[in-house]
Amino acid sequence: MNAQLVAELTVFALAVFLGFELIAKVPTMLHTPLMSGTNAIHGIVLIGAMLIVGTADSGLEKALGFVAVVFGTINIVGGFLVTDRMLEMFKQRQPDDGEREREP
Amino acid sequence: MSRTWIDFAYLVAAICLILGIKRLAHPRTARSGNWIAAVGMAIAVGFTFAIEEIDAYWLMLVGILIGSVIGVGSARMVRMTAIPQMVALFNGVGGGAAALIAAAEFHRLAPESGALDPDHLVGILFSALVGSVSFWGSLVAFGKLQDLVPGRPIVFPAQNLVNAVLGLTLLAAVALTATTEDGLWLAVLMIGALVLGVLFVLPIGGADMPVVISLLNAFTGLAAASTGFVLDNTALIIGGTLVGASGTLLTIKMGQAMGRPLRQTLFGAFGAAPEAAAAVAAADGDGSVRTASPDDIAFMLAYARRVVFVPGYGLAVAQAQHDVRNLGELLEGKGVDVRYAIHPVAGRMPGHMNVLLAEANVPYDELFEMEQINPEFPQTDVVVVVGANDVVNPAARNQPGNPIYGMPILDVDKAHNVVVIKRSLSPGFAGVDNPLFYDPKTVMLFDDA
Repeated sequence: MNAQLVAELTVFALAVFLGFELIAKVPTMLHTPLMSGTNAIHGIVLIGAMLIVGTADSGLEKALGFVAVVFGTINIVGGFLVTDRMLEMFKQRQPDDGEREREP
Repeated sequence: MSRTWIDFAYLVAAICLILGIKRLAHPRTARSGNWIAAVGMAIAVGFTFAIEEIDAYWLMLVGILIGSVIGVGSARMVRMTAIPQMVALFNGVGGGAAALIAAAEFHRLAPESGALDPDHLVGILFSALVGSVSFWGSLVAFGKLQDLVPGRPIVFPAQNLVNAVLGLTLLAAVALTATTEDGLWLAVLMIGALVLGVLFVLPIGGADMPVVISLLNAFTGLAAASTGFVLDNTALIIGGTLVGASGTLLTIKMGQAMGRPLRQTLFGAFGAAPEAAAAVAAADGDGSVRTASPDDIAFMLAYARRVVFVPGYGLAVAQAQHDVRNLGELLEGKGVDVRYAIHPVAGRMPGHMNVLLAEANVPYDELFEMEQINPEFPQTDVVVVVGANDVVNPAARNQPGNPIYGMPILDVDKAHNVVVIKRSLSPGFAGVDNPLFYDPKTVMLFDDA
């Protein structure tokens, strides 16, 4: 146990309470977009993957890190885009938006 | 760039993520919230390139490019109906990334004896275990929703014994990895986590998949936070923990919306009851199903004063939301009061139906949540159930012992007439037969919605 770990645990504990507090009043219809949006946010592991690739000592570590970078990027990019597509559906309210319909 | 400035950039990024989640939780601001979070993510990733100790930029850029192409491609091409399994997949790769980070960092630190201080070791073990469980569990969830794996609960004999052995193996692997610092045991741990992830999701029925994906989402968040402890990176800790905490709460809320406490979803014997329920339903029914032609139904609708549409997953599959909307407009032109009743879990995810009907430009004020519409059914002339089943099954109200008993439902059986448009009499996603179909007030129209 050192000072850095204590500082990290402090951040962790505060983030736990903040995470609960942030979505305490979410309406049912937003459950799915919210899940998808937070899903994209944990794609932040990409940063960890970049650190691994950047500091790797061996080929094996580089390879593992590289796959992790690809995975993390898919998580972020795909996650945010899918969430946006869902929320786009909620947005268009004006009747003259009708021509933007997707074909089946 | 000095580490201080990079940590400052991480702080800015973290604030963006927090504001993003906050805005995502409100209908008006949700879309901008998503983009604010994305900007925060871009800041965090961009400044990571500026860390001085890092090299191999090209490898990173190639990895990010490949990931972006896959991510953009799959997010753009996926049909709206397939979005739940896409979310499962994106969640899985996140968990996989966390597990790979743990494995690589272990490999880097392990050769020097004593390099693995307990602070970092705990993080490595946690992200390896939880990340793998999330990865494999998400793949099974994807398979179930994509119909690659049977959607119904899969139970096999001696399951409890297998689980107990698995639990002991994992405990032993954790202990041995910690004491011997041998990569072999970490491999055993990750293989055990694979089996655990698969066995965790397999016994859970398809109808409960959204809750499971949400839970695995929280798992991945915690695994990501744990890699933050391993790599001493606050951005990872904050981002991961926010998802871990909000995801846990969201999972509980989803369970409440479905009327099933989380513990029951995960460990309850959803699979044990169907035989009894099927027997009850068969006794009720004896095939007294009324069918009707489209013309009859058109006639019935034209003379109704109030019509309520109940969309379900069948509508999503058949992409019928535009046709339903057209019919609704036609009826409104004749002075009929048209409403849409949205069950909280209609479709395959909470909010799924709102998205689809909004896509077809159904006005907000005609969409009613279950609590608002249920008292209205007795005054409703015709209810049109389009490809829905479990959410209108009266068995949930009056058949204790039925697997879906206790789930809140739309009381469509209280309306004067019920039209069910469905491809067949087959049971819904939860694998439960529906007595509503045998109700004398009900007419069936077997067709592709």
